[in-house]
Amino acid sequence: MTVEQTIESRLVEGFSPLFLQVENESHMHSVPPNSETHFKVTLVSDGFEGVRKVARHQKVYAALAAELEGPVHALALHTYTPEEWQQRQESAPDSPDCLGGSKRESQS
Amino acid sequence: MDIMDTIKEQVENNSILLYMKGSPNQPQCGFSARTVQALMACGERFAYVDVLSNPDVRANLPKYGNWPTFPQLWVNGELVGGCDIVTEMAESGELQPLIKEAAASQATA
Repeated sequence: MTVEQTIESRLVEGFSPLFLQVENESHMHSVPPNSETHFKVTLVSDGFEGVRKVARHQKVYAALAAELEGPVHALALHTYTPEEWQQRQESAPDSPDCLGGSKRESQS
Repeated sequence: MDIMDTIKEQVENNSILLYMKGSPNQPQCGFSARTVQALMACGERFAYVDVLSNPDVRANLPKYGNWPTFPQLWVNGELVGGCDIVTEMAESGELQPLIKEAAASQATA
């Protein structure tokens, strides 16, 4: 299973999402081709009702702890309740451009 | 000093503190850059720690805050969030009052 598929299956299992999109954005960063290091997750779930954003992200991080300790370097998270998702007209923000931090890290 | 104590001290002694990759003038990561931009737009001074130059902090802060990635914005000793949350708060107008209030409390402390 690819990292992307693993992330997807863990989130489906943990959050019974109404909408889930896992995007591999590694190509936007200074890593080798076909890497699975940078991901963007958009997750809409009833389970986020009444839960603050920080706590929502912590729940997702907990579900993906093994991946974050391993291959995953960056995880952009957009977590919404079904109502918030409707208010946003079902769209999540774009991720920022890379500034080459990974290059500097591999040197250090 | 133990690294966890160092982090605790940083978080408690700086009412607005950003852990980031690079510096506000030269961010080394798009997520850090975007967060700095949102924070600077609030018009208050803030402290920062470059986690690329402080590998101990980088390795241990995730455990301290139960948050695995950078940047991390801490206000009044509490984790506000990373890039996605801070950007969202800036867009919804929640960020500036939080930052203004924290700056005011630091000034009177």
